[in-house]
Amino acid sequence: MDTENCFHCGNEIIKKDEIVFDEKKFCCNGCKTVYEIFSQNDLTCYYDFQAAPGATPQDIQGKYDFLDNEEIVTKLLEFQERTTHIVSLYIPHIHCSSCIWILENLQKLQPGINASQVNFGEKKVRVTFNPEQTSLKDIVYLLSSIGYEPYISLENFDEGKKKVDRTLIYKIGVAFFCFGNIMLLSFPEYFEVEEYWIDQYRGFFRWLIFGLSLPTFVYSASGYYVSAWKSIKSGLLNIDIPIALGIVVMFVRSTVDIVFDYGQGFFDSMAGLIFFMLLGKLFQQKTYDFLSFERDYKSYFPIAITKVLPNGDEESVQVYDIQKGDRLLIRNQELIPVDGILISEKASIDYSFVTGEAVPIEKKSGDKVFAGGKQMGKVIEMEVLFSVSQSYLTQLWSNDVFQKRVEQQHKTITDRISRYFTPTLLALAIVSFIYWIFIDVTTAFNVFTAILIVACPCALALTAPFTLGNVLRILGKRKLYLKNALVVEQLAKVDTIVFDKTGTITTNKKTAITYEGTELNSSELRLLKNVLRGSNHPLSRRLYDFIPNQEKVETSNFEEIIGKGIFAEIEGNTIKLGSSQFLKTMTENTHKKTKVHVEINGVYKGSYVFNNQYRKGLEDLFSDLAKHYNLVVLSGDNDGEKRILEKMLPTKTTLVFNQKPEQKLQYIEQLQKEGKNVMMVGDGLNDAGALAQSNLGLSISENVNVFSPACDGILDATQFDKIAFFMRYSKNAMKTIYMSFGLSLLYNVVGLSYAVTGKLDPIVAAIIMPLSTITIVSFVTIMTNLFANKK
Amino acid sequence: MSVIYLLITISIVVAIVFLGAFIKAVKSGQYDDDYTPSVRMLFDDEIVKKENPNKLIQTEKQKSI
Repeated sequence: MDTENCFHCGNEIIKKDEIVFDEKKFCCNGCKTVYEIFSQNDLTCYYDFQAAPGATPQDIQGKYDFLDNEEIVTKLLEFQERTTHIVSLYIPHIHCSSCIWILENLQKLQPGINASQVNFGEKKVRVTFNPEQTSLKDIVYLLSSIGYEPYISLENFDEGKKKVDRTLIYKIGVAFFCFGNIMLLSFPEYFEVEEYWIDQYRGFFRWLIFGLSLPTFVYSASGYYVSAWKSIKSGLLNIDIPIALGIVVMFVRSTVDIVFDYGQGFFDSMAGLIFFMLLGKLFQQKTYDFLSFERDYKSYFPIAITKVLPNGDEESVQVYDIQKGDRLLIRNQELIPVDGILISEKASIDYSFVTGEAVPIEKKSGDKVFAGGKQMGKVIEMEVLFSVSQSYLTQLWSNDVFQKRVEQQHKTITDRISRYFTPTLLALAIVSFIYWIFIDVTTAFNVFTAILIVACPCALALTAPFTLGNVLRILGKRKLYLKNALVVEQLAKVDTIVFDKTGTITTNKKTAITYEGTELNSSELRLLKNVLRGSNHPLSRRLYDFIPNQEKVETSNFEEIIGKGIFAEIEGNTIKLGSSQFLKTMTENTHKKTKVHVEINGVYKGSYVFNNQYRKGLEDLFSDLAKHYNLVVLSGDNDGEKRILEKMLPTKTTLVFNQKPEQKLQYIEQLQKEGKNVMMVGDGLNDAGALAQSNLGLSISENVNVFSPACDGILDATQFDKIAFFMRYSKNAMKTIYMSFGLSLLYNVVGLSYAVTGKLDPIVAAIIMPLSTITIVSFVTIMTNLFANKK
Repeated sequence: MSVIYLLITISIVVAIVFLGAFIKAVKSGQYDDDYTPSVRMLFDDEIVKKENPNKLIQTEKQKSI
């Protein structure tokens, strides 16, 4: 076998289909055409940055007709003026530097495009064009023709301009500016040179420092005051209370100090503290711009659909404008947006998006079709029964239980510690104050404020953000993308893991196919492969890929009976392929398995059996996990595979079959009522409810750029066997946090011992604060990286 | 000695100018995408280098056809 790969897309070339052009080999005409476009426009540099960077362009005939509709286009545009339009398009294929290069040279391919700019992180291209010379539709067609088909969904239609929140960066900038300058100006006083020089300018320096500290105190730290105030109002003592208290006390005490000329104050420590804590916040804010964890049906639904007018004309309408009684045209691979009745004779609808089951369901004229199904094959016509908002799927989504509860009753580890920390701190401050007040009133005030200043839990507050932020990054590199840092904590708490079956512990991709019956010789295989070439049925496609490459022969007679099978004549032989009902000669009949039966020249040969393929490392993963967790497998399918699963998985595993989406959700709810902390691992929309209900919803995705239901984390399917490692790692991360809490408390004890005895100098505070911060940050970074390398 | 007032004032003014520049840069969206620019800056040179040989191959091809 040759293992030559296509010059454009890198896929393996099937010898028969090979196309040689310009001394380069291509796997199909599509790839060759893209190369042609590029070479004609002097853009072949595309292939220099990365080998085989392209994608085969898909046939999109008629798919983007809705872009003729002015109203829809207006909604999609970011900016609109007479001669300038700007649009941002999401392109899932963007993956390498070649992509950036070609997409930023779009103006060479189409006149009218003025500029285009790629945002790699978000996988978006922003195109500026002149609507008098080109149109959005032309651009979309151009992009599709070079293999960069944009993804336009209903979500784009609804979303307005997204506002980017950059306040944290501003705050950090201001805090750093103040911190740096205050430090610089504080130096002369640190060394307390009782010189004429210092004496003369002391006032000037101090008031300058005071002035510089104001922006940090008022602006940069404002988030802490708000959060502390909210926390007091709700009666929960979170970590922001001692922080805000520390900052305010520091500022007031320092101001008093310089007004009455007691000393230089703690402005330097205050600015440093605010700066470091904001930095921690920034570090924790790792986001994956190209992923979305809050998806609902809108990101799957098309923007517009073809409507058939009473006079027979076709027109693109916005899906929200679809009304009961309308007639719609659904093309191959298009999603049905509303519930309705099938008018066309037959349809084959893939509900994998809803149920996770990849085998299409056959529908006859008059049958009900539900929103969320994808038509496979011919164009069908349907009559609308309900509008979008009233369809079953959208109703399901609007159902309260299916919405992820944003505010779960979850206390972060830092908040739990601070519940003890804050009262202890206040008690200590008051006791010391009372003790000192009998000795010296001034010292009493000094001690009281010093305790609040030095105990300000800077290091404590930094521990969790830095640890979790780092863990989030490490997991991201290993293709587990978590929504935010809190999820790491949740992950460590899980004690029950529920898996969905189809698509989660099995792959949709590689179904193992076995053949039962009389052995087929090579000429028969050749006939079979050639017959299958003409069929678009998913089982045919899979079987076609399974049968080794054969010589190409034209079929003389080909008929596909939808829902039944194929009848073909080839080189004088008649071949029948399909279900058992279709080949009436069949004897045995088992419904538990998906089979394609073969008959050649009237003689029954045998059948191809499609087994569900379990993911690599499934058995090891389950036996590993079974030691620490309760495991459940929930399936929407029948119990046909019960025996195999029982054999493969640890005996403790609970297997539940025939579960509807609502039942899955209720099952999880039941577990939670029993006090379990449940993690749900699922993939399809049928798991959406369960993913939302569980304490932690993890969605498995074959391609993270394509769509997954709303969840807390997205795991790349190739990393499925690493789940046990991820679970262990999250526990180690929590261990790191506890250790680092110990460390920061140690610093507090040292600092407090100065404070209680009334000996806290500004310089001591100025040393302890950054020192503790740096040790904590380096400690947690080293620990999390160490744990990551441990298996 | 009062030159110290002048010097410190200047130093702070300079720092404020930089802070202003930073905030302006953030506002313009310069820091929103920190990956693409790093790739983009490498492009121009390579285009010039590789453009000619490709053209040649094509014309030769066309001749032979």
